[in-house]
Amino acid sequence: MLNLGLDILGLARFQFGMTTVFHFFFVPFSIGLAFVVAVMETMYAIKGDQDYKRMAQFWGKMFLYSFAVGVVTGIIQEFQFGMNWSEYSRFMGDIFGAPLAIEALAAFFIESTFIGMWMFTWDRFNKWVHTLFIWLVMFGSSLSALWILAANSFMQNPLGYIINKQTGHVQMVSFSKVLSNPQLWNEFPHVIFGAFVTAAFVIAGCSAWRLLKRDHVTFYRKSLNVALIIGLIFSLGSIASGDLQTRYLINNHPMTFAAMEGLYKDSTNKGEWTAVGGFDTKNHKSTWSVDVPYVLNLLSYHKTTGTVKGMNKVNKELHAKYDKKFGNDINYYVPTKTLFWSFRIMAGAGALFALLAVVGLIMNRKKSQAIMKQRWFLYILGLCLWLPFVVNTAGWFVTEFGRYPWVVYGLLTIADAVSPNVSVASLLTSNIVYFLMFAGMGLVMVVLCHRTLKAGPDAANIDGYAAGDKEIDPYSKGAFNHD
Amino acid sequence: MTNFQLIWFILIGVLFSGFFFLEGFDFGVGMLIKSFARNDAEEDVVIRTIGPHWDGNEVWLITAGGAMFASFPMWYATLFSGYYLVLFLILASLIFRGVSFEFRANMETAKWRNFWGWAGTIGSLCAAFLFGMLFTSMIAGMPIDKNGDMTAHFLDYVNLFSVVGGVAVTVLCLVHGLNFMRLKTSGELRERALSWNKILYPVLFAGEVVFAILLFFSTDFFDKKPLSTTAIVVALVIFTVLAYWGVLGNHEWLSFIGSGLSLISVVVLIFNGLFPRVMIANNSAYSLLIKNSSSSPYTLKLMTILAFSILPIVLVYFIWSYWVFYKRLASPKQNA
Repeated sequence: MLNLGLDILGLARFQFGMTTVFHFFFVPFSIGLAFVVAVMETMYAIKGDQDYKRMAQFWGKMFLYSFAVGVVTGIIQEFQFGMNWSEYSRFMGDIFGAPLAIEALAAFFIESTFIGMWMFTWDRFNKWVHTLFIWLVMFGSSLSALWILAANSFMQNPLGYIINKQTGHVQMVSFSKVLSNPQLWNEFPHVIFGAFVTAAFVIAGCSAWRLLKRDHVTFYRKSLNVALIIGLIFSLGSIASGDLQTRYLINNHPMTFAAMEGLYKDSTNKGEWTAVGGFDTKNHKSTWSVDVPYVLNLLSYHKTTGTVKGMNKVNKELHAKYDKKFGNDINYYVPTKTLFWSFRIMAGAGALFALLAVVGLIMNRKKSQAIMKQRWFLYILGLCLWLPFVVNTAGWFVTEFGRYPWVVYGLLTIADAVSPNVSVASLLTSNIVYFLMFAGMGLVMVVLCHRTLKAGPDAANIDGYAAGDKEIDPYSKGAFNHD
Repeated sequence: MTNFQLIWFILIGVLFSGFFFLEGFDFGVGMLIKSFARNDAEEDVVIRTIGPHWDGNEVWLITAGGAMFASFPMWYATLFSGYYLVLFLILASLIFRGVSFEFRANMETAKWRNFWGWAGTIGSLCAAFLFGMLFTSMIAGMPIDKNGDMTAHFLDYVNLFSVVGGVAVTVLCLVHGLNFMRLKTSGELRERALSWNKILYPVLFAGEVVFAILLFFSTDFFDKKPLSTTAIVVALVIFTVLAYWGVLGNHEWLSFIGSGLSLISVVVLIFNGLFPRVMIANNSAYSLLIKNSSSSPYTLKLMTILAFSILPIVLVYFIWSYWVFYKRLASPKQNA
């Protein structure tokens, strides 16, 4: 066998990171789009305004593309635990499997059945029933997020379990404790709000590009309005829930929190917050930094006094706590630079989204033409359509790298979780093929969305199926060509 | 073995039966895109028959996988890590076919529509074949060690028995797909599906006979459970005969139910033969058993309550969705 310095642990971790990041491009986009489209269709149902129907169908097309890719990459996620992380599956099956099975049973069936109903029955049910379908899809996909995050929350903060003395595996003793995990109720709103923001700013960005071309001005200005209202509400929601979640980390995962703020040494009572800085991760110290006094305490405790433990101290505490069970050669320092910068991207983008939404809504008032004249603003909005995907990725980096070196916090290390019987060659092959497939699918997604946008809202019969069998024969070739 | 363990062993079987019954015709129809349909317009109709359903059908697999993880983590871990490459190929096939329907409908040039049409066809074909191969080789027994880790070599899962099993499942899915097409279309496509099945059923019979013979030599099913194994194999053949009789006599529902039940009998055959094991090791001391591969009684009880309260609701709207799309689709006009 070729020795490329690759090991199964590194490859399995890379694969998990890659598939999760790629899957999570589409999950928040789909959940968010389902919500925005549901809002649009509801407005159509209430007001009877055909524009809102066209909006629901038009943005609904992007939702369908995203959903298809989200589903197929989701299957990899489920299979991956058994394939790459068999020791993890054995250790955690008693707790982790249940939410996963319920996710499929309670959420995926609703989602997949009603998306089919929504897609193909535009002219068969009355508008209220049809609107109900998309709300059910939205409900199903949010529910699936809840269950998978319940599983993830256990990994971050194990509750409601005992260790079985014979097998050494975790065993569930209280399902209600697993579900009432505070980690879950911090994480879930943040993820859902983030999903709504994602869809809102992708729609806002796409609309901005079309407005720059003065294409379907009324349609895109209306879309922009819906998007920015949703964007504003939920970017504020994301910031608030993010704040709760971050402060929860101070006591719960002090190492993660210290890394997010780039603190090697304990902070002083003055609460100096590192806005930007450089780190020497080998010698565990910061090399340079721009500090702002009091901000750290304001962020951490919402007051001006207090101290935060630095990574060096937390590291000692963790060694004292876990060395007996896991040995003393484990590195408890999390990837500091990644966490520090990811957190800054996330927080900065959250503030930027709220600001853009406020400015945009003011400019886009019904009677004002400001939005059409201030082209620079439309360019900024247009570019920001990519930002939510970067932010979502940064969010998962903080969560998942923040748990290092654990796969289940305090119970199982990443190194002990991997499948021992899978070969480097198999993992390398699957990594390469997945990568190529993801690149291909991502490219097709972008091309399709771009093309849909170019074809415009007049061509937005959902896949031509919406036309029904009355006016046009939907199975003739012409019905599928929108151009 | 506790009652809950038994219930979950059966439930996993039920979920896989549901998966093969539904995704069976779905795979079959998928294979027909580029082989059976003669032009682009026909391909549209072929895909449209499963358009609203394929996604929901695939959820049966996800549910079966999740349920296996929840109720038998050791089984899930051994099976999924042991069959790494096979499952990887299955995933790749499922991904290609899954996105192909949506992507194909939105391509502008004939070349790319063609590409995604082929992706759907080959993806469906490979998925069906690989599932057949996986389950066939699984019941033949695999090299599993004390820790439950399976380290199989190429010939352990690619051999005469498993290839015959793969082909048999593929043909079974194909005829099931054709039977489904007969129910969902009218005109030319409906007629052609009939003539295809008239040719395919004799091939399927041959496949089933070879499979049954190899089953006798490759597994311990006939040694350990001669009566039930024989009975299920006979049932499999009877269902196939019924379906064929439906084909010859033009009873469309009978053929469809017949081919569906044939697929279910294959699952029943496998689960009956596995019992009380879940994975068969070459060294029988290391086989994974129902009694020592499951989750804790607490989790199993919890899952049982949840499954029996949610599943009936799911079935109601799932079946309703088929009823909504019951209408037949017209074949495209010949000069289209």
